[in-house]
Amino acid sequence: MLKKISSIPFKGTKEQEEQLMAVIEANKDDKSMLMHVMQEAQGIYGYLPYEVQVMIAEGMDVSLEKVYGVSTFYAQFSLSPKGEYNISVCLGTACYVKGAQDLVDRISEKLGIGPDECTADGKFSLEACRCIGACGLAPVLTVNDEVYGKLTGDDIPGILEKYMA
Amino acid sequence: MVNIKINDKSYSVPKGSTILEAARYAGIEIPTLCYLKDINEIGACRICMVDVKGARSLVTACVFPVAEGMEIYTNTEKVRHSRKMTLELILSTHDRKCLSCVRSGTCELQKLCKEFGVEDEGRFDGEIIKYNFDDSAAHMVRDNNKCIVCRRCIAACDQQGISVIGANARGFDTHVSSAFDKDLADVSCISCGQCIVNCPTGAIVEKDNTAEVFAAINDPEKFVIVQTAPSIRATLGEAFGMSVGTNVEGKMVAALRRLGFDKVFDTDFAADLTIMEEANELLDRVQNGGTLPMITSCSPGWINYCEHYYPEQIPHLSTCKSPQQMFGAVMKTYYAEKMGIDPKNMFVVGIMPCTAKKFETKRDDQAASGYPDVDVALTTRELARMIETAGIFFPHLPDETFDQPFGESTGASTIFGATGGVMEAALRTAVEKLTGETLEDVDFTAVRGMDGVKEAEYDVAGKKIKVAIASGTKNAKVLMDQIKAGTSEYLFIEIMGCPGGCINGGGQPIQHAVVRNFVDLKARRAEALYTADRNNAVRKSHENEAVKTLYTEYLGKPGSHKAHDILHTSYVARKKY
Repeated sequence: MLKKISSIPFKGTKEQEEQLMAVIEANKDDKSMLMHVMQEAQGIYGYLPYEVQVMIAEGMDVSLEKVYGVSTFYAQFSLSPKGEYNISVCLGTACYVKGAQDLVDRISEKLGIGPDECTADGKFSLEACRCIGACGLAPVLTVNDEVYGKLTGDDIPGILEKYMA
Repeated sequence: MVNIKINDKSYSVPKGSTILEAARYAGIEIPTLCYLKDINEIGACRICMVDVKGARSLVTACVFPVAEGMEIYTNTEKVRHSRKMTLELILSTHDRKCLSCVRSGTCELQKLCKEFGVEDEGRFDGEIIKYNFDDSAAHMVRDNNKCIVCRRCIAACDQQGISVIGANARGFDTHVSSAFDKDLADVSCISCGQCIVNCPTGAIVEKDNTAEVFAAINDPEKFVIVQTAPSIRATLGEAFGMSVGTNVEGKMVAALRRLGFDKVFDTDFAADLTIMEEANELLDRVQNGGTLPMITSCSPGWINYCEHYYPEQIPHLSTCKSPQQMFGAVMKTYYAEKMGIDPKNMFVVGIMPCTAKKFETKRDDQAASGYPDVDVALTTRELARMIETAGIFFPHLPDETFDQPFGESTGASTIFGATGGVMEAALRTAVEKLTGETLEDVDFTAVRGMDGVKEAEYDVAGKKIKVAIASGTKNAKVLMDQIKAGTSEYLFIEIMGCPGGCINGGGQPIQHAVVRNFVDLKARRAEALYTADRNNAVRKSHENEAVKTLYTEYLGKPGSHKAHDILHTSYVARKKY
């Protein structure tokens, strides 16, 4: 699937940059460590925006396109930031047959974002995930570490309300 | 050597060969598509599949090494079936507008479909991703709907050390594009066009400017002048089926005249002029403590590279315009004045081996007369198309000679088209100037050849001069990093953007990958230029009569104020990201 590139302005901090630079410094002599550096960078920033990929390309002495190519090849890399509240809807088989797609659609409608996107205010992000092992509660979603189960589309406004304040 | 059997016949082939190479030693052709000798050897397209006795399945001949006793079959029913099906699958997502495709007739996919008897191009029709054209760049158009993701362009870009294009996303979505899927004009592409000459299909092509040239020729108001770069005479014949390395200067001139250009001149004249200005600039830098080493500025692909990747080293670049631009500048000033033509009505066309020349014509500070020095730069391929469109049967043309006075060339200017040529031409003039004696042996063979980086040292008038030459921007990087580190030992450096120089430029005729396996295009084309140099009675730039006249009648002397206004330019620092 084509990854969505976020248009939300980059808000990296000096501390984050220092952390990334330390990772690059420790790995820059071995180009095969590119993916490792990218994983670390995603750990630091939550995603791999243009600005971060430029820092990696420059530091590892590889072209920006090579970094981007890797970031679009592996599912683990995200080009879109995570919101303050990351909503993860399980689309595993059990949740799916119990109507999880309806949850995704309702959230999308309510927040105006699709999967792998983040609201402009940085509050919410949405993602579809694989089975999280809570099939007994299907359909299930998580907001950060909180789990909500046995949901219907009508539960969505109430859940979002809790985090809106 | 190892002993193998191909199609039941025994052969002894070098150890370490791939099956493909072994078969070629044996004179057996195995079709390829993604494979390109020395550039792309990745076994991706599955066209070169062959049957190896005892192997679990068919294997890719382009990457599979031979082993003692191996028995290979290249033409079984199973092999033919596999190749045909692979082609049908490639076609399932391919934009099959062959009739209007500029690569029709030179497309490697089209050729294979014919050879393997593909009957139904729509056999596996299904989901299709519709890609937008990228025509943002001045020099080329990318149409991913015709891309077969063979990655030859990616390998070519990587070989240049640029890598602004690559494979993005995965699986069915895999496509060739730039980082963050930006348009080519928005990334640090240097316009060298090496991706174009390596593309097997019509997915990457030069931007076609032939209509503008036909329109100018048809406009009675316009005085249309054409100039041909040194290397065109060594390559144009290939577009008409002539063998690689045939010098077609006479037929080229005849064709241009029949196309209706008012004057058919030679960029060689401006190459000689470049040497005069460049030699003077170098001497001036040496005497007055200017930035050294000085680096040539003939190749716009190289200039783009320097501006994007080494902007802080721009002071090393010679301020001389490229020969194409010098030529245009002289036409619209000196020649326009002499002929009593308003430069507004003059239209100058460059026939170039190069796609970056298209970008160059649009640069700032390239309009000595107030009008662009050169109006349109066409590639060798575009000229060939114009000749075809005009119904000119090229191989049967008589040999004609350039118009004068700017058809005058020397051997020194002709070799500009090969890596090391500018250096050699410069040495011929510099040595004679510095020693004050006539140079008898003009062959500086140490600077010739197809090595990516070359260096030489000469003793001139008791002074040691160390020079270096690089072709291909990845090789240029080697010399640039030395300059950056402050360890460069050279006085003068020649850099050409494309590997091998202009004879292998991104605007040159496209040769099928199979031809390139057997023929060293670069060496053969360069040889045509060195032969022309040997056969020319005048082999030093400063002996070019037209150049001498230009200085006496108009410019004064090299490096004069007027020469600076007309023949020199400036550069801009560009962004890498």
